[in-house]
This record gives sequence, structure tokens and C-alpha cells, in this order.
Amino acid sequence: MVPISHYTILSAVLFAIGVLGVLTRRNVIVIFMSVELMLNAVNLSFVAFAKHYGEATGQVFVFFVMTVAAAEVAVGLAIIIALFRNRETINVEEINLLKW
Amino acid sequence: MATALFYIFAVVAVVSAVKVVLFRNPVYSALSLVMTFFCLAGLFVLLDAYFLSAVMVIVYAGAIMILFLFVIMLLNLGRKEMMDAAVGRFRWLFVLILLGVLLAQVGFVARQAWFSGPGPSTNTALQARNTEYIGELLFTEYLFPFEVASVILTVALVGVVVLVKQEKRRLPEGDQASASD
Repeated sequence: MVPISHYTILSAVLFAIGVLGVLTRRNVIVIFMSVELMLNAVNLSFVAFAKHYGEATGQVFVFFVMTVAAAEVAVGLAIIIALFRNRETINVEEINLLKW
Repeated sequence: MATALFYIFAVVAVVSAVKVVLFRNPVYSALSLVMTFFCLAGLFVLLDAYFLSAVMVIVYAGAIMILFLFVIMLLNLGRKEMMDAAVGRFRWLFVLILLGVLLAQVGFVARQAWFSGPGPSTNTALQARNTEYIGELLFTEYLFPFEVASVILTVALVGVVVLVKQEKRRLPEGDQASASD
């Protein structure tokens, strides 16, 4: 029987790796993939707590997180495509029109 | 047996996640992320979330990552523009800061009651009839979020089509021809 502490530590480690990806990569698509990694780390945490407390609410919430993540990926990739058409780059360091 | 499987899935998930961040080729990153999702699906099975495990493989690995790969290929970058090294100068600083935050979080959370004790209850119905249990909840107690989720998906669909649609271009003189869109 694996204690829940193992699952939450794993979730925290995956989340931290996702944050590292968002902060250090320059390719906008890989940044987006790191955001998905963060979302799934939280999903793991939700399911672990659902098992721990015997509640189904955790699993239902993961279901909705997955739905919203799917919608967000579709819209985000559409934005990336539109951005690429205008700026011809996917390097976030070059997409800086809003910088002061 | 379950403990050994947990460690196998956990180690492979962490290694794949690190490779997502480290690979220079974004296609390799996407494939590593698929590996991470498969390991997470295995962990969900160990946590008795059978329905979510299947949904994870079907939706995340089977649809979302395919979408990522299609977009990477659609952008049709040359090999040189596609390869991207992580920001090199401050990377070790970021890693150290993150490790510090992670250790602080774990240290803070380890004092909570739920961290070291066994679960207060086990829901055998949730484990034995997982899909039916979640289905009943989705259509009774969580009906409103369920319907809102369908609206979100519709809005996302419409939004994607609007965002990606190209305007028709006209030739400057003579025959007017519409560009392909």
C-alpha cells in the first residue's frame, strides 16, 4: 500500500519540472507542453486525494480539468498558428511587441 | 507488487518529464510527454481511478498530443529554427530555486495529518463500479458543471475556427481570384 505522501511528492516534483520548462524554454510550443505537464501533476494529486478520502469528487474534478485542458490546448495552438503567420517565429524572445 | 509498480511508473514519469524540458527537438519533447501521460495513466489505475486512466490515454495521449504534433508539423519550420536550446545562462539558478521551493513545500506539508496516516475511509463502490459511480455523479450532483463543460468545448471549437481562418486575398488587378483557405 503506497501512502498518499508518495503521490503528493511525485505530483510536486512533476509540477516543479513543468514550471522549469515554462521558465527556461524559448520554443512556445514546448512551453505549452510544460503547462500541460503542470496540469497533469495536479490531476495526479486530485486522484490521490480521491482515493485517500474515498470521495469521488476528486475524480469528477479531474474529468473537468481534462475537458478544460483540451479546450485550452485547441485555442492556444490556434493562437500560436495565428501568431506564427504574422511574426514568422515561435521564439518567445522575439514575440515582444507588448514590452515597454 | 503495487509498490514496485508505483516506483516504476513514478521514476519513468519523472525521467520523461525531465526529458520534455531538456530535449531540443520539440517532436522529441512531445513524445516524452506522451510517455509521461502513459505513466500517469498507470498511476491512476493504481489509485483505482480506472475511468480516468482510460480517459487520460484517449484524450491526452490520443488527441491533445496528436494536436500538438500536427501543429509542430504544420508550422513547417526548418531544422535550424526548430531546434531550441533552453535559456542557458540562468538555468541552474532556476533549478536551484525550484528545488528550494519544492523542499519547503514538502517540509510544510509533511506535518499535516493526512500526510502520514492511512486514509480515513475507503469507498468500495467507487472502486468496484468506478465508471458508473462517476457517471451518476456527473448527471446528478455535477450536472451544471457538466453542461458548462459542453458549452466550453463548443466555444473553443468556434474560437479555433475563427482564429485560424484566413481572409481571402484579392489580386491587385484583372481577375479576382480567392486564395485557398
